[in-house]
Amino acid sequence: MLEINNLHCELEEDTDVKILKGLSLTINPGEVHAIMGPNGSGKSTLSYVLSGRDGYEVTEGSATLEGADLLEMEPEERAAAGLFLAFQYPVEIPGVGNMTFLRTAVNSQRKARGEDELSAGEFLKLVRAKAKELQIDADMLKRPVNVGFSGGEKKRNEILQMAMLEPKMCILDETDSGLDVDAMKLVSDGVNALRDAGRSFLVITHYQRLLNHIKPDVVHIMSEGRIIKTGGPELALEVEENGYGDLLAEAQS
Amino acid sequence: MMPRAKLAQQKRDAVSALLDGRSLPAGGAWATKARKAAEARLRDMGLPVRRDEYWRYTDPRRLTEATVQPGQLHPQGDDAPVFDAIDRVKLVFVDGVFDPAASDAPELAGVEITPLAEAARTDLHWARDLYGTLEARSQNPVQRPLASLNTSYATEGMLIRVTGVAARPVALIYQRKNEAAEAMTHHLIRLEQGAELTILEDGPVAARYNQVMEVDLGEGAVLNHVRTQGRDHERAGVTHLFAQLDAQAQLKSFTLSANGALTRNEAVIWLDGADGAAHIAGATVGDGAFHHDDTVFINHAAPRCDSRQVFKKVLRHGAVGVFQGKILVDQVAQLTDGYQISQSLLLDENAQFLAKPELEIYADDVKCSHGSTSGEIDQSQLFYLRARGLPEDQAKLLLVLAFLSEALEEIADPALADDLRDKMEAWLKRRG
Repeated sequence: MLEINNLHCELEEDTDVKILKGLSLTINPGEVHAIMGPNGSGKSTLSYVLSGRDGYEVTEGSATLEGADLLEMEPEERAAAGLFLAFQYPVEIPGVGNMTFLRTAVNSQRKARGEDELSAGEFLKLVRAKAKELQIDADMLKRPVNVGFSGGEKKRNEILQMAMLEPKMCILDETDSGLDVDAMKLVSDGVNALRDAGRSFLVITHYQRLLNHIKPDVVHIMSEGRIIKTGGPELALEVEENGYGDLLAEAQS
Repeated sequence: MMPRAKLAQQKRDAVSALLDGRSLPAGGAWATKARKAAEARLRDMGLPVRRDEYWRYTDPRRLTEATVQPGQLHPQGDDAPVFDAIDRVKLVFVDGVFDPAASDAPELAGVEITPLAEAARTDLHWARDLYGTLEARSQNPVQRPLASLNTSYATEGMLIRVTGVAARPVALIYQRKNEAAEAMTHHLIRLEQGAELTILEDGPVAARYNQVMEVDLGEGAVLNHVRTQGRDHERAGVTHLFAQLDAQAQLKSFTLSANGALTRNEAVIWLDGADGAAHIAGATVGDGAFHHDDTVFINHAAPRCDSRQVFKKVLRHGAVGVFQGKILVDQVAQLTDGYQISQSLLLDENAQFLAKPELEIYADDVKCSHGSTSGEIDQSQLFYLRARGLPEDQAKLLLVLAFLSEALEEIADPALADDLRDKMEAWLKRRG
């Protein structure tokens, strides 16, 4: 599904700042991978580089989605190809209704893939059903995108978008940040409902607790722009118990 | 620097030159009296020049020079029609002249509609009391000679008096048939106690035009005013909305404006009675060598009134947007709630936004705020939309519409707001 090979990147405006330093990762269809690591290890940058945000210069390596070169695509092309980033900080867009935004997004992607656009009726039916599962009420759908939403509402809104867009490769960037226990459960249930054999996930998180709800197949530890250790779910538990210190020391030795 | 006296003399000479050989329009006693008084004001003030503080950001020459620069007539259908789905009484002006044959019968329960050309010959009491009165009032503290020019020489316009709740909007529809026509229209609107009316204006008026609308709202009266100024690129227009509000009266005025070589929309509002409300708003789209100026003055002269000014401009390719807005709160106007915001979205480095927000407050228990911003498209919003699959152009369009929509929210009637939103979207899509 997602294949990242020896990826290097630096900041566009300060090329001395190297963030990714040879990151490699392969995620097969249906798998859930988690990336954990201390602050500043480059986890969020990885999600931005994959989704095409400006400001980063890839200097070496490759990233492909089902064999297609992601790095050559515009952000909207990546989305249409099936990549989805659930933002750590979902952006507020005053003046754009959440519903309008969702419908435009769904239909833009369908159009880019050569599919028919959803009619207003079909769209409405679909969005109502999915919103209900995430306990998103009609009012939240009517309000401007993320404006005045609580932290939990913003994250649920991200998952609603994911459910509507049905991507193949979902990247969750610290989706657990700012969530209380109940909200974390709602969001995790939403994610778990989307798990299937044709869809993969990359879950970026600081803490093990999210992984109690979204159970990963593979856990990676990231530090200084690279994966320093890969293992099963037990690796996350080890981090929870001992912190990153031992792992980092081990990697340096 | 030129001495003040010399400049004042030059301005007066310019008026004399402009009026040379012209005589005041014929009319009945009241009209002649009002016109003479206005002409005397005009001769005393002289024509505006850029040296005037009030015209600092907008060069008035194109409005005052002897020759009218012609403007290309756009073929019918060039613009998406506006207000078409709204059931309204249509009053059509062609090159600034009322055309009864092209208009609906001016019949609406509780509403008296009389063309100025006809009224000026008869003794219409309410019109006699209103014509030129608010224009004269508007000359202090800032001189508005072009409004006096209008009062003295306008022969066309509509006089509308409302005694009840009008069931349908009255629409003033402007059409052009002559490339070089100049138009001067002077409308009067008087709403008696508790009366309600929606007035719509749309269409290209003339290559050059000067409009005055004097509005007098009785106690508890409600006037909604919604207008569009379209894509007649070469237009040079100045409009004046003068309104005085009695207690509990409400005025909402919204203008959607696109392009135009020079457009100056002035609004002067007096909140004379307690608990009145005036909301003046506008959305402007400027693309190219266009200049758009909103100049607003709101005088709180009674307690507990509420005023809002909301102006949004999207500019690119050399377009210039100007906003001059002032809130004046008299000593008696305690518990005033005044709000003013002017914002521009500059889509490239060649666009310019000039803003002069002013507050002058003499009461001690008031809530007044103002803000002005200038910015470009928010990159994080743009990326968010693109990451969800919206192509860049579409994402930008959505953000531009979102930016303008805050001004549209000032329109009371959602059907009218939707209509204008569609119109705006059509304009924006045609750019580029």
